[in-house]
Amino acid sequence: MAAPQHLKYTAEHEWVLIEGDVATVGITDYAQSALGDVVFVELPAVGSAVALGAVVGEIESTKSVGELFAPVEGEVVEANEDAVATPEIVNNDPYGTGWLIKVRFTQLPELLDAAAYDELTTK
Amino acid sequence: MPDRVPPLAEVHAAAGAQFTDFAGWQMPLRYGSELAEHRAVREAAGLFDLSHMGEIVLVGEEAGAALDHAVSGRMSALEPGRAKYTLMLDEAGGVVDDLIVYRTGGDRFLVVANAANAEVVAEELRRRASAFDTRVFDESADVALIAVQGPRALEIVLAAEGFAISGGHPDGHDVPEVLGALGYYRSVAGFFRERALLIARTGYTGEDGFELFCAPDHARELWEALVEAGAPFGLVPAGLAARDTLRLEAGMPLYGHELSAERLPATAGLARAVDLGKPGDFVGKDASAAGPADGAQVLVGLAGEGRRAARAGYELFASAAADAAGIGAVTSGALSPTLGRPIAMAYVDPAFRAPGSTVFVDVRGTRHPYTVTALPFYSRKRTS
Repeated sequence: MAAPQHLKYTAEHEWVLIEGDVATVGITDYAQSALGDVVFVELPAVGSAVALGAVVGEIESTKSVGELFAPVEGEVVEANEDAVATPEIVNNDPYGTGWLIKVRFTQLPELLDAAAYDELTTK
Repeated sequence: MPDRVPPLAEVHAAAGAQFTDFAGWQMPLRYGSELAEHRAVREAAGLFDLSHMGEIVLVGEEAGAALDHAVSGRMSALEPGRAKYTLMLDEAGGVVDDLIVYRTGGDRFLVVANAANAEVVAEELRRRASAFDTRVFDESADVALIAVQGPRALEIVLAAEGFAISGGHPDGHDVPEVLGALGYYRSVAGFFRERALLIARTGYTGEDGFELFCAPDHARELWEALVEAGAPFGLVPAGLAARDTLRLEAGMPLYGHELSAERLPATAGLARAVDLGKPGDFVGKDASAAGPADGAQVLVGLAGEGRRAARAGYELFASAAADAAGIGAVTSGALSPTLGRPIAMAYVDPAFRAPGSTVFVDVRGTRHPYTVTALPFYSRKRTS
């Protein structure tokens, strides 16, 4: 699946949706496919401060453990409890209901656009 | 080593498989959801391509005696048509590989080895059999292996038209009777659409099922016939990811995880696979008879709460305290798809071996309590 055009991406296979000063973060379709069935999601507490690039959560599949990195610096304003309760939505709808956290950021780092991310995952 | 590609690679790719490197082979990891594949095997059936496994054949008057010397069990006592789980040991009593040995004739045995060890096992068998009147053939490249595993396996094999039993009716009308009566760990020579294969009632999933050894250029026809015949029964192709969680639930050891040259079989609960009473000498006998060192760690099952899995390599501690003593390590672990809780196998200090003991697993910096549990975690309901 080609990466949706309206999102930004990181080299750690996360997507970022920028709306005002809030970034919604999830993992890409490529990432969920590589992980396999997601069976456990751990997310940071709402209100916690996250540093750019810090490990803030975990996405476990039956076979491996993926880390959730903060793609922006700021404060967690929402964590997707549905993804914690029913981790399979991360596989089934990674760009939609399977989002993971929303972070209010102070400064936006450089992120990849869809074309650059697709290039990263197809080489 | 260049990638080795199973004869069914194109079929897997067309079915959407993700491939993984396994001992130099590009094998299907999963086709879609490995959890769905796992459940299909528990509730209906799964179809596995295991063509990466090693197949070594011993033929000769003394093939049985050669195996008695080469492996830990008494293979000469097997009746033709029977199979046995056994171990190849080194002189120190450590495990070179775990094997299934099928006696396929009076003077003929098929040894099935793990892919990563196939060459070593073939070489060792040749060396260990050299004083016996037998010949050793590594047929790994000339044998494909397809497994149908699950409670519907028999129905599916019978629904696939074209099986016949060697020496039976050419039209195959005795197949339901013969295969229905074929017990676990037994095999029978047969045909599928006029080409020879070995039909074995063995597996590595904890379910009923068949393993079909055939020629590589015959594998596709057999695979496609089973997919077609099995679909109405709920059969799906299943990859190595599901195979691993299935065997873990069934408490079956995996070489490189639970078994290695560094540990004696007795510490893995496999003392019964080492026949110290059989006549003659065998490689590893003295070390096996001497037994593991006092205080040697032993293999146990662990069951946890929640959904966070203890995985291979994670360390075990006696308590949650930061200064608690290390008491072992996890060798395999996953969230059990069937049980919905984390399960693992681990080597622990013998003081913690009793079922009900609590140990703590360090899961990436957090100590999680696990309860020592008798293996297996899962047993199928036996209908016969």
